[in-house]
Amino acid sequence: MKRNDLILAGAILAVAAVILAFQFFRQGNGEQLVEISVDGEVFGTYDLTDDQTIKIGNTNRVVIEDGAARMEWADCPDQICVNHRAVSKNGESIICLPNQVVVTVVSSEESGLDAVAQ
Amino acid sequence: MKNRAAYFGVFTALALIFSYIETLIPIQFGVPGIKLGLANLIIVIVLYRTDWREALLLSVVRIILAGFIFGNLFSIVYSLAGGILSLAVMALLKKSDRFSVTGISMAGGVCHNIGQLIVAMIVVETYQVGYYLPVLLVAGLITGAVIGAVAGEVLKRIRNLSFQ
Ligand SMILES: [Zn+2]
Repeated sequence: MKRNDLILAGAILAVAAVILAFQFFRQGNGEQLVEISVDGEVFGTYDLTDDQTIKIGNTNRVVIEDGAARMEWADCPDQICVNHRAVSKNGESIICLPNQVVVTVVSSEESGLDAVAQ
Repeated sequence: MKNRAAYFGVFTALALIFSYIETLIPIQFGVPGIKLGLANLIIVIVLYRTDWREALLLSVVRIILAGFIFGNLFSIVYSLAGGILSLAVMALLKKSDRFSVTGISMAGGVCHNIGQLIVAMIVVETYQVGYYLPVLLVAGLITGAVIGAVAGEVLKRIRNLSFQ
């Protein structure tokens, strides 16, 4: 390894750390919501504390249970979304690429800084 | 010329074996389709022993074949974006002559994941997938470093072989 290799590795780690820090401060204190979008358009927003099953057309089915959302069923060939772990933290998402379905956890308050100001 | 075609066949076969091994490793990065990029080992070796054109051809052939055998159309598009961005960056860094194989492979691993993430963002039309960027950066860095170290050892041992 050359010295430049270490500098490169350090730079990449620094970028990752900055993004992580940014994500940490963005965590809102507000209610956690689940936003589902299909083809880039919002399909619906749901309360993460409300246990429910959401049917997305005939292609996907999302279950919200115990404060986390998971893809219960999908007709996509890869089944990556179904195998994805349940999401509950702000910013986490489950993506079904073949069906272009995105399930994202969002905060009802846009940013953590707003929460501090209140 | 005859020799060169034979080596190309051997490298393609090796790269496909790595692609297969990768399908057996159940690592999820949060973004569908993103893989470790083990086949990058072969690409790095070819990039060092021949040139970027050969490496590019091998990369594209490997991705299309692997896509048909182990994946689907989505995995081909994903892998192409990752593979081409990664190779472009590696070829440029190699030309600059400021990094060792390990450094170049680290950059390649990171760019491999960034390329795939960009495709994911375009396909699902959301920036939310960016949430996984830190994980992907660190994962790319680690796999790239390991692949680079192995590639360095292999290159030392095959110094006397000619692939042209
Ligand atoms: Zn799916």
